[in-house]
Amino acid sequence: MAAGPAADRLGRLLNLVPYLLARPGIRLADAAADLSVTDRQLREDLELLWVCGLPGYGPGDLIDMAFDGDDGVTVTYDAGIDRPLRLTPDEALALVVALRMLAETPGTGERDAIERALAKIESAAGELADPPVAVRLPGNADRLDTIRAAVAAKRALAITYYTATRDETTERTVDPMRVLVVAGHAYLEAWCRRAEAVRLFRVDRIDGLVQLDEAAAPPPQAQPADLSTGAFHPTSDLPLVTLRIGRGQRWITEYYPCERVEEESVEHWLVSLRAADLGWARRLVLSLGPEVTVLAPAELARAVHDEAAAALAGYDLPVQVPVQ
Amino acid sequence: VSRSRTERLVNLVICLLSTRRFLTAAQIAGTVPGYEHDPDDPRDHEAFQRKFERDKAELRELGVPLETGTASVFDAEPGYRIARRDYALPDIPLEPDEAAAVGIAARLWQQTGLAAAASSGLAKLRAAGIDVDPHATLGVEPVVTVDPAFEPITAAIRARQAVTFDYRVPEDDAATTRHLQPWGTVCWRGRWYVVGYDLDRKAERCFRLSRVVDTVRRYGRAGSYTPPEGVDLIGHVARWSAPMERTGRATVLIKPGRAAGVRRWAQDLSTGAQGDTAVLRYAEPEGLANWLVGYGSDVTVLDPPEVRRAVIDRLQAMVAGHPLPPAAVAPPRTEADAPARVG
Repeated sequence: MAAGPAADRLGRLLNLVPYLLARPGIRLADAAADLSVTDRQLREDLELLWVCGLPGYGPGDLIDMAFDGDDGVTVTYDAGIDRPLRLTPDEALALVVALRMLAETPGTGERDAIERALAKIESAAGELADPPVAVRLPGNADRLDTIRAAVAAKRALAITYYTATRDETTERTVDPMRVLVVAGHAYLEAWCRRAEAVRLFRVDRIDGLVQLDEAAAPPPQAQPADLSTGAFHPTSDLPLVTLRIGRGQRWITEYYPCERVEEESVEHWLVSLRAADLGWARRLVLSLGPEVTVLAPAELARAVHDEAAAALAGYDLPVQVPVQ
Repeated sequence: VSRSRTERLVNLVICLLSTRRFLTAAQIAGTVPGYEHDPDDPRDHEAFQRKFERDKAELRELGVPLETGTASVFDAEPGYRIARRDYALPDIPLEPDEAAAVGIAARLWQQTGLAAAASSGLAKLRAAGIDVDPHATLGVEPVVTVDPAFEPITAAIRARQAVTFDYRVPEDDAATTRHLQPWGTVCWRGRWYVVGYDLDRKAERCFRLSRVVDTVRRYGRAGSYTPPEGVDLIGHVARWSAPMERTGRATVLIKPGRAAGVRRWAQDLSTGAQGDTAVLRYAEPEGLANWLVGYGSDVTVLDPPEVRRAVIDRLQAMVAGHPLPPAAVAPPRTEADAPARVG
């Protein structure tokens, strides 16, 4: 659990003595940078520690440090706080779960190091270890290996990519930036020269891949995406689609980010979601089946009608057009 | 936060670590700077007691193992000390590549709560003398997220304490209150589950954490049950989502250059006069029909009749369900070119 600022500082101070003890003569500026605190904060922490020590609080009881001419600091007396505190249950859990995630991620390099680190952290966490958390991520390790190698080689890639929102397969040249796994799917994040923007390419939709001789050169404006809330962020400029759905289609409210879910009746829900493309929305609605009715936009309802009618024509069946 | 308070707390930790005897509050007050007061003045004494209680709570919150006991059988008043073996992080001999892996793992968390726990855990490892390369990468990095129910449920699992929560399955009409002895959590294909003994259904069950509504409450005694030995957590979750065997074969006609999504799964794609013919393997006809109807007029099912029939039924119902408005003037059909963030 996140502790208050007092506990934060106390925790930092209790860590500081063993940290310095392990690194005799470390320069203050290096220690501050390594600990992500300002020089001033570090000096204040040291000044405080200097007046702390064993009961008696005489010169031989207080924590003591020696400074050399080069701003290097060495702890000469630690007053008994020579080791950091044990990991709390949450700290052990956070590290162990993240390591298990790493170890289970297909295509990760250094798997052996991750497994060894996991075993050591678990044994240090003692009875907190083995937080009963199991992780299994899906993915094609071979394909990920190839993509990861290309990213590591810093080469541009020619990819054949299936875009589900537009139901088309295109050839693109991309400058790879990183490979990620978000919510169970692996993605290649890259600068797409065709779209002239950063794109996330789902690895299971990369149908072909050729490493080019050119170096990967994402332009300076290519910034990694913020993925803390998932890979897809619908924006308000995308068309809002409202559907009436039956019980059997309620799964879409867990699968797609929905702006509104309302219970119209026991059986029917009204669901609004942003569609990246109305053609995609039409395919979605058709595939959801007759329990679904498009309420808005009218353009989409019309497209669903026309497309279904056109498809029926392919079966040489008359289309009865009901009129309201 | 006053400097004097932090100073007092550091001195309290050092004092309690250095003693083997349990020290009473009065002894601590007489030793550690910052607790000076007049014990005969009720007001002053009460202020001290409040201060000391707050400080103890703060140490416990930080994870300092504060032991309580009496120095001897003749002492009635409880005393305090910190056992070094409970306080100190054991030695963790991490190799540089292992330390790099821990450093990477610690920054994968996206949630504030566990992200803070991960970085304070890492800070302790560094304090133990382990150097962590902040620039190390592993090529593929998972973005680690959990549902809000994850933290309370893992805490309950650790305490072996039953939990109750409201659980909402979309197909059901209302949330139901469930009671569970949780055994463990599982991340399966990017979603989190808890596996345990369902006290209402009297059976093993797994629950998707994203379906837990609002808060998880612990109830009953901690340590009141023991999870079964060697339970296969992943197996519990995986059994509900085993892949289906695709034994069926359907033949479809695809318009030239259309339905890329179908072509990706096609076997034996051959080009003909009216389009391309493809063979698709499928597990059950209803599911295949739903998927193919999505592609509208780009795909026509030739065989088998059960799939063809299912597709036609759906198409007819969709036409009927989306009647044309009276005197419809059809706007030109456009496919918005909005770029998809994720393909």
